[in-house]
Amino acid sequence: MTAPLAVDGPAAPPRSNGELVFAEPWEGRAFGMAVSLYEAGAFSWEQFQAALIARIAAWEADHPAGECWSYYRCWLGALEDVLAADGTVFADEVTARAHLLADRPAGHGHGHH
Amino acid sequence: MTTTSDDRIPAPLRTEALEQLLTERGLVDPAVMDKFIATYETQVGPLNGAKVVARAWTDPQYRERLLADGTAAIKELGFAGPQGEHIVVVENTASKHNVVVCTLCSCYPWPVLGLPPSWYKDPAFRARVVREPRTVLAEMGLDLADDVELVVRDSSSEVRWMVLPERPAGTEDLSEEELAALVTRDAIVGVAKVQAR
Repeated sequence: MTAPLAVDGPAAPPRSNGELVFAEPWEGRAFGMAVSLYEAGAFSWEQFQAALIARIAAWEADHPAGECWSYYRCWLGALEDVLAADGTVFADEVTARAHLLADRPAGHGHGHH
Repeated sequence: MTTTSDDRIPAPLRTEALEQLLTERGLVDPAVMDKFIATYETQVGPLNGAKVVARAWTDPQYRERLLADGTAAIKELGFAGPQGEHIVVVENTASKHNVVVCTLCSCYPWPVLGLPPSWYKDPAFRARVVREPRTVLAEMGLDLADDVELVVRDSSSEVRWMVLPERPAGTEDLSEEELAALVTRDAIVGVAKVQAR
């Protein structure tokens, strides 16, 4: 996948059949991680689904003013919740690694939009 | 709190961090992930569902099996996978129209339809299609006559709905393959009808 592509306006449901599945590359990575882990038996789909429903409900109940809806942000949160619940990866580990990645030299970084 | 993600970190960076950690621990293989992503983007998808629909249109016995046990009939054609359990197929006719939604999250029969389109996941769509389905369908280009019964099918972890659309008039001479080419994802979700070309 290449550069992030424009997303359609949220108000206008597209009528075409050939719609983009992932609006940005990270969404595909988050999707691929969950499916890979599920296929490897790391968790059941019911577990993941329950976490996803909880994340979506939490966002709908309360979210920062002005924050746009993002299905895959909920998806990523759900994946982290499931992995933290059984001690596979903890949120603070992800946070620490993300800070390391953010500090890498200019020219190497990507992902900020 | 250590179990909730830090929302101040942009999602792309957080995703990359998580992938690194999982890769280092031998829990995911980026090459395998690439394969899954490519499969869902290119191979799985409405095409599988279209084949199921075209088979049901041309083989009355298959149609019966499909309406009786969606998951098993779909598996007959070789389509199965996560989210493919408990698929229930409902038939759209001239007098009854089904539209599928998942109000809780966005349950969706991946093995036959691929990944859900963004509007399917949108909270506004999910809420409105239950409250005012006729209006939402009209906005999407599908005007239903007032005497057509409209049923909203809410997917859940127990049931994934799939619509068997009505076969359009004027397609009597088409082959199964030609019919499959007419079937769109939107028709299998129930937000459109299949059009004869």
